[in-house]
Amino acid sequence: MIQVKHLKKSFGKVEVLKDISVDIKEKEVVCVIGPSGSGKSTFLRCLNKLEEITSGQVIIDGQDITDPHVDMNKVRQEVGMVFQQFNLFPHKTVIENIILAPVKVKGVSEKEAIERGISLLKKVGLSEKADSYPDELSGGQKQRVAIARALAMNPKVMLFDEPTSALDPEMVGEVLNVMKELANEGMTMIVVTHEIGFAKEVSDRILFMDGGYIIEENAPEELFGNPQHERTKAFLSKVLS
Amino acid sequence: MNFRFDLIAEYMPFFLQGMLVTIGLSLAAIAIGTVLGLFIGIGKIAQNPYIRLPFTWYVTFFRGTPLFVQMLLVHFGLVPLIIGDTNGIIAAIVALSLNSAAYIAEIFRAGIQSIDKGQMEAARSLGMSHKQAMRYVILPQATKRMIPPLGNEFVVLIKESSIAAIIATPELMYWGRAMQGQYYIVWEPYLTVALIYLVLTLSLSKVLSFVERRTKSR
Repeated sequence: MIQVKHLKKSFGKVEVLKDISVDIKEKEVVCVIGPSGSGKSTFLRCLNKLEEITSGQVIIDGQDITDPHVDMNKVRQEVGMVFQQFNLFPHKTVIENIILAPVKVKGVSEKEAIERGISLLKKVGLSEKADSYPDELSGGQKQRVAIARALAMNPKVMLFDEPTSALDPEMVGEVLNVMKELANEGMTMIVVTHEIGFAKEVSDRILFMDGGYIIEENAPEELFGNPQHERTKAFLSKVLS
Repeated sequence: MNFRFDLIAEYMPFFLQGMLVTIGLSLAAIAIGTVLGLFIGIGKIAQNPYIRLPFTWYVTFFRGTPLFVQMLLVHFGLVPLIIGDTNGIIAAIVALSLNSAAYIAEIFRAGIQSIDKGQMEAARSLGMSHKQAMRYVILPQATKRMIPPLGNEFVVLIKESSIAAIIATPELMYWGRAMQGQYYIVWEPYLTVALIYLVLTLSLSKVLSFVERRTKSR
């Protein structure tokens, strides 16, 4: 589904991603963990080219997105993204947030988009909030709307960039539950997260990143139970204690 | 001091006529300046620095030199160069439009750039083109933030249109000067003119604060 080959990313002189190669299979749920500044978010943002890629290749569903001839707008329709700061459109209601891209980008009829939007809102448990504005919602509700908005484009992959980091603790669970359900339905997911419990429970594989490299990758029980690298051990001892 | 209301009454038809010209100049300059300003403002935030350059120069020139100088340049230079003759009304509209476009461009630029960049990223991540993201996500939010500074600019424009008096455009200030020249009195013409400007700017402020309230909700 996604192949990353020798991906490098620099901001000016600072090389944030040094040499990342990884394959992600269809229906796989991969969590990316690591200390802050390790390049996790940058890695994720390179996968839909919100960051320009300095060198290397990223192939999404057979399309090399580093090729300038590839239509990124088409590729991005297949790759949903959920942000730490939600980034809902504040001037639009919840349902308008959800239908905007399907109607304007895909050309779905408004009626059809609303029907689908309502069913997505039901799925994330917010059908009664369709006509609310984002500033009337709690953080957890906003993030669930953001997930529904991304799903409205019927993406093949979902990217989550620390989706619960900006939430009050009591709202983390409701967002993680929606994500678990999505994982169980077979969505391909890449999740940058600090929620070790979620990573353990849901993911097929964990990538541990530090200093711009993937230091270690393994199934969660292996990576958490029997970490191989010193840096992985040091990080886990901090977050698990 | 003997305040000559009778002379003010005598000149009132000219003041009212001048006021209409002032309103006309201002409306024309607001319309042209806004369209031109939007274009220049978008040019100023272009990705390519070479595309940005002429727009930056434009804004630097028109904000960094006096409107007085610009008015004379347009009246005696630019307009004759283009239409062969000069005309106070056309020259005043052109000078005011070019000048206000520079300020309005900055208002548009600041408004667009004040929107959190997460909004653009979210729109693009959904597959929207840059243009679609601008149109459906960024501009509707930016426009609301632009209304107060745009209103200020329009008020400034009404007042600065008085500079057109020096190129003999028959607007409000022109008639004030004419009355002073004819009767050698100062207070009567200029206080009257000041009062009429005040009425114009206050009315516009009222309209603008109404518009602001109407669009404030989100």
